[in-house]
Amino acid sequence: MEILLQHADLVLFFILLCLGYGVGSWAERRHYTSITKREKEFAHLPVVTGRESYIIGEAEKSTLVTGSVVVSIDYFKRLLAILRNIFGGNVKSYESLIDRARREAILRMKEKAKEKGADIIINLRLETSAIGQSANKKRQVGSVEAVAYGTAVSLIKQ
Amino acid sequence: MIYTNVETIPGRRIVEHFGIVQGSTVRAKHLGRDLMASLKNIVGGELKGYTELLQDSREEATHRMGEQARQMGANAVVNIRFATSSVAQGAAELFVYGTAVRVE
Repeated sequence: MEILLQHADLVLFFILLCLGYGVGSWAERRHYTSITKREKEFAHLPVVTGRESYIIGEAEKSTLVTGSVVVSIDYFKRLLAILRNIFGGNVKSYESLIDRARREAILRMKEKAKEKGADIIINLRLETSAIGQSANKKRQVGSVEAVAYGTAVSLIKQ
Repeated sequence: MIYTNVETIPGRRIVEHFGIVQGSTVRAKHLGRDLMASLKNIVGGELKGYTELLQDSREEATHRMGEQARQMGANAVVNIRFATSSVAQGAAELFVYGTAVRVE
């Protein structure tokens, strides 16, 4: 017990690590399940990076739609990323973070487009930026924002 | 006001071009949400406060751009692009620009 008290910072570090790993991976799994489920739901609403040539039929209305999300990395994955900095190579923990953010942003954009009765989204653009350097003091980028935007086009129904 | 991010407005015909219009907002990122954000940094996941903050700012910037276009006599903005840059520690600028046009 005394040893634990002597190394309180070390104990705290391990608690945070376990919390990060446990809750973090649970949340990620849950998020991925929800993403794949919703992606299937919205599969009939095509999103393309191309332009007008992708519109089949007569366009009726068009409007800009955006979707954005800010996601943060957990304590455990941040440690993995720091360790990766020593040896180099793929930082898998960040890959999944950014992948989640982008897919979520596209899904939110699709949700908005569906509300407006769109049939296709053209000229999709994706942007990612680092947010919240102030939130963690070690100047490690912990969270990213992904923005997806495009033009939602609804067609004249025959 | 119609907004698109392609050169044209599908389904409409552009009759007049007015040139570039822009709008921007600068937002500080810590507004009491910072505490929640630092907690979320332990377990990971979405920072809802920040998502909302940035979404609102972007809407505000788009609104400012639209206002500028309206003053020119335009009724649509095409070829819109979004950009984010950090101007200072803890502050972000959200920038929107596009071409003001008049459609039929």
